[in-house]
Amino acid sequence: MDLLNALVAILNYIIIPATAYGAQLALGALGVTLIYGILRFSNFAHGDTMAFGTAITILVTWGLQALGISAGPLPTALLALPVGIAATAALMLATDRVVYRYYRRVRAAPVILTMVSVGVMFVMNGVTRVLIGVDEIRFADGARFVIGPQEFKAWTGLAEPLALRATQVITVVTAGLVVAWLFWFLARTRTGKSMRAFSDNEDLALLSGIDPNRVVAVTWIIAAGLATLAGTLYGLDKTFKAFNYFHLLLPIFAAAIVGGLGSPIGAIAGGFVIAYSEVAVTYAWKKVATYLIPGWEAEGLMQLLSTEYKFAVSFAILIIVLLFKPTGLFKGKAV
Amino acid sequence: MRAPVFFAIMALLIAFEGSTRGWNGALGILNMGLISAIIALGLNLQWGYAGLFNSGVVGFLALGGLAPVLVSMPPTPGAFAGGGWGILIALCIAVATIVATVWLNGRLRGTARAGAIVVTLVAGFFLYRGIFDPAVAVIEAINPSAQGNLGGLGLPTLLAWPVGALLAAGAAWVVGKTALGLRSDYLAIATLGIGEIIVAVLRNEEWLARGVLNVNGIPRPWPVPYEIDLQNSADFVARAGAMGLDPVTASTVLVKLLWTTLFASVLLALLFAAQLALKSPWGRMMRAIRDNEIAAAAMGKNVTRRHLQIFVLGAAVMGLAGAMMISLDGQMTPSGYNPLRYTFLIWVMVIVGGSGNNWGSVLGGLLIWYLWIKAEVWGPELMSLVTAQLADGVVKQHLVDSAAHMRLIVMGLVLLLVLRFSPRGLLPER
Repeated sequence: MDLLNALVAILNYIIIPATAYGAQLALGALGVTLIYGILRFSNFAHGDTMAFGTAITILVTWGLQALGISAGPLPTALLALPVGIAATAALMLATDRVVYRYYRRVRAAPVILTMVSVGVMFVMNGVTRVLIGVDEIRFADGARFVIGPQEFKAWTGLAEPLALRATQVITVVTAGLVVAWLFWFLARTRTGKSMRAFSDNEDLALLSGIDPNRVVAVTWIIAAGLATLAGTLYGLDKTFKAFNYFHLLLPIFAAAIVGGLGSPIGAIAGGFVIAYSEVAVTYAWKKVATYLIPGWEAEGLMQLLSTEYKFAVSFAILIIVLLFKPTGLFKGKAV
Repeated sequence: MRAPVFFAIMALLIAFEGSTRGWNGALGILNMGLISAIIALGLNLQWGYAGLFNSGVVGFLALGGLAPVLVSMPPTPGAFAGGGWGILIALCIAVATIVATVWLNGRLRGTARAGAIVVTLVAGFFLYRGIFDPAVAVIEAINPSAQGNLGGLGLPTLLAWPVGALLAAGAAWVVGKTALGLRSDYLAIATLGIGEIIVAVLRNEEWLARGVLNVNGIPRPWPVPYEIDLQNSADFVARAGAMGLDPVTASTVLVKLLWTTLFASVLLALLFAAQLALKSPWGRMMRAIRDNEIAAAAMGKNVTRRHLQIFVLGAAVMGLAGAMMISLDGQMTPSGYNPLRYTFLIWVMVIVGGSGNNWGSVLGGLLIWYLWIKAEVWGPELMSLVTAQLADGVVKQHLVDSAAHMRLIVMGLVLLLVLRFSPRGLLPER
């Protein structure tokens, strides 16, 4: 019984939250890695792109709620998501046209493009704040739990509760579908193949008649979609606060680098590696230890690091990978 | 001829501010502008001389800010005897563990290496926590409402400034050692991480600098008196009266002027040194490395070592500025270290001023800081002017409320416009 309780506690406090968080990070890292692979720079504005997309989605959600439209047990935000993605994609394409295109034409060094993305980050951060303010916003509605903690206890008779929130299931299912579609798109369609060719060898791709403008535009649209999706799912799962999305930049970049910059499969693996480590290292293991070792009362919380240091976990993993395997788990590219 | 013109304009802006809105505020902007100029000089060493992308300026600044707390604050009675040694021993164990890991990594191969490293790290971590946690508990229990931290050494504040530089340089050495020599973006991400972590440490380690409880009353450096002492001094009141000033205004302006003198002398000394370095063979080598790493390496220059050297130097300047800033504020508020404000705004200063040009960084620091402060005032004024015709309501209220965030957009646009149309900045290199 104690063993079961320990397993349920691990499932409840580590596996389920970390899987949802990992899916969100993976979506974010996919966007970063695609931009890196095809446009060849580290996009510092990605966190704020996520915030912008989520802000639009929230505004539309409020509009739908005011009209009395809802998605039943699902959060209304899912209905608003296409609008959010469309708006973000439009903004990204406009930004590319006004800002980034010039630097591609003069073949600027990647670090200059990164610098430019810092400027874009400032603007998008300001726009998001003007749009929706700086307050913390909860916008999840619909059913709260798939498995409620009280029901679970009553049903199994265990002392430990198990909660599976609707937003967590939605996150994982949506992320799974989108990633499956993205891989099908990259592997099977003509546009996807031209994107991979462009990423592998730009000159050769241009020589074989691939239209670079089209590849770049599709990349921005996909990145905008991934960012909005990741941001909205993160906001549904936790809360939306414009500034928190800037701080997501570090775990997202860490995930992309750990997986290997430019490698989509690596981004997903990296997202889950970072998420599981973060949650496991900042979890207080006392409860689990008490179940597993009967008759022993742990002194402290048995928490390796306080939750405030979760960024330190991403950072430590990043440093370890940089030291031992600079190209990442799945061989990324080195520009 | 551009530089004197721009600096004259800058002086006029400050003078205009002083004569229209009072000298107290104008000198306040100038003082923080001087500190910003020093930070920008540090970043210019890294970016302008060597092309290194440091996105963790805020961390080096915060680490420098720790120095006045640890050096110039009076010691907390009993804290060091109670837990100070425990913490020092624990930190030594942490360092020893890492050194041992690096050593094992070089010595062993295969599974033996992985096993030995894991065992060392795990054992070291638990030993560290076993000594560290009780020591922290002792310190944090001492008079928690006012102290509860290690306190300082009670040494003069001016001594704390170079210590701040040393602290930042140490952190930069560790980051640079791991991330330099790899691809350029990796340094950007690694510094972003170290910046976040240093600020997180300051926010959470209450034994160190009281975390979010803030440390107040950090002493001022030698020549700067306190306003209240001046106002209580009969001699000062009489002299102010003789000049036709009331003692309160006179004391605040005098104190600010002394700060200005102090900061300006540090800035000029650093500027002088940076200019000398730039024109020396060392500076030419740095620029050669920046412009063509492969050619420089072929000439026998050790690119990674030189990068590490200049990265550490730049971070030391930032740490110095961080310590100066905390002395000026008189308090340590870790939650105030916002990366947009303390990392990316500094980038705007360097780029707008002209990367690679030390005078440009100084100009950028002063000018962008002035704009940043004034945009906070101008934004709402402009917005209320624009929305004057609008009926009162939710939309108008929202627009007026959000006007303060406009300065982020303005700074982003300034950066983008300069990068696009004048990438060499206001004062181009050479």
